Amino acid sequence: MENLRYELSTTGPAGGTRAVALVGVVASGNLEVLLERGEAPDRCVIDIATPAHGFAALWQAVTADFAARMAAGGLRITINDGGARPDTVALRLAQGVRLMEKPE
Amino acid sequence: MTSPSPTRHSWYEESARGRLAHLLDPGSFTEFLGPERREFSPHLGLFNLPHQLDDGIIVGNGKLDGRPVLAAAQEGRFMGGAIGEVHGAKLTGLLRAARQMKRDVVILFDTGGVRLQEANAGELAISEIIRATLETRAEGVRVIGLLGGRAGCYGGGSLIAGCCSALVISEQGRLSVSGPEVIETNKGVEEFDSRDRALVWRTMGGKHRYLIGGVDLFVDDDVAAFRAGAVAALERPAALNQAVLAAEQARLERRLARFGDAADGAEVWARLGVPHPATVPDLDTSAFLTIATSKREGADAAR
Repeated sequence: MENLRYELSTTGPAGGTRAVALVGVVASGNLEVLLERGEAPDRCVIDIATPAHGFAALWQAVTADFAARMAAGGLRITINDGGARPDTVALRLAQGVRLMEKPE
Repeated sequence: MTSPSPTRHSWYEESARGRLAHLLDPGSFTEFLGPERREFSPHLGLFNLPHQLDDGIIVGNGKLDGRPVLAAAQEGRFMGGAIGEVHGAKLTGLLRAARQMKRDVVILFDTGGVRLQEANAGELAISEIIRATLETRAEGVRVIGLLGGRAGCYGGGSLIAGCCSALVISEQGRLSVSGPEVIETNKGVEEFDSRDRALVWRTMGGKHRYLIGGVDLFVDDDVAAFRAGAVAALERPAALNQAVLAAEQARLERRLARFGDAADGAEVWARLGVPHPATVPDLDTSAFLTIATSKREGADAAR
C-alpha cells in the first residue's frame, strides 16, 4: 500500500455545515472519499492509500487541480483507492465537496 | 407492489447506502460506527489490499413505514460484499442489540460469503451472526433478508439468510451456498458452467428460489418494490419453535423426494406443474406471480 499526503492551500473555505460526507466505494476502478472538517479554512489535507504504487505524480496533479478548482478549505479528506483513473478521482472529489455543501 | 413502472429505480444497481436511503423512511436512518469512526479491517493491509472505512457494511437504526427497525446493508462492490472480522462483528452487534431492544431487523444481503483473506475470523463471524440471529428470533424478533444485490447471497451469507424469518427476492437476486465458480472449480465445467448465465439463474436465481419455497416474497428489481416487500415481510409471523422446525424438516424431506433427481431448474418447474417451464425466465413479474402463486411450494418461517 502506498500512502500519500497532500497539504494544499485552497481558493476558499468549503461551503455547507455538514460535518462528514462519504462518496464512492472501494472497488476496481473506483475509490471512496471521506470528507471531514477540522483544518484551517485556507487549507485542505488529503490522505491517500492506494495499492497502485508509483503514481504519486498523478495524484499530486489531480489533487492540486482539485484545490485550484473547488473551494475545499477546512476539509480533511481521506481516500481509499481501488485503482481509480484520474478522471474518476477528480469527479469523486468534486462530488464530495458538493455533498458537504448540501443540508443534511 | 410488483408492477413495473416507468420510474423504476434498480435495487441491483444501487449502492448499499443508496438502498438504505430508499428502503427506510426519508431521513430516519442513523448509522452506528460510520466511516468516520474508521472501524475497518485490520487484515487487508497485510495483503496490500485497500480497506474500506465501513468494512463493506452499514448498520444502524431507522424507520420502515413508521415502524422502528434496525438495518444492515452489505456493499457488494467492495470485495464482493465478503464477510470479514469487522464486517461480521458489526452485524453480530446489531443482532444482539435487536434482541435486547426487541426490535425487528432488516438485512440487505449482497455478499459472496466469507472474505478469504480473513478466513478464520470470517468463518467465526458467520457462526456468531447465525447464533445471534437465532437467539434474536427466539425472542420473537423478526430478522428479514432482502436479496437483490450484485454479488448475490452466497456461502456463509446464504446460511445467514437461511436463518432469517422471511426473505424477499428479485429476479436478479441469487441465493445459494456454493456459487457458480465454486461449483465449476470443484466439480468441473461438465457439472456446472459458471459462464452459462441462464443456467446460473435457473439454479440459484430469484424465480427458482421463489418457486421451490426457498424465499417468501418475489418483487421487481426496484427500490420501492423492495420497500413494499420488506413492509409485507415484517407483517409475517415471528415464531421460531419446535413445531416450526418440525414442519420445515418435513417440507425439506418432501422437496428432496419430489425434486431430488431433477437435473435442471426447468425440470423442477415442470414437476411443479408450471405451464411451459422453458418460458419462466422470460416472464415479467406479474405474469410470473400469476403462475407461481398457484404452483409454488410454500415457504415457512423456518425456511
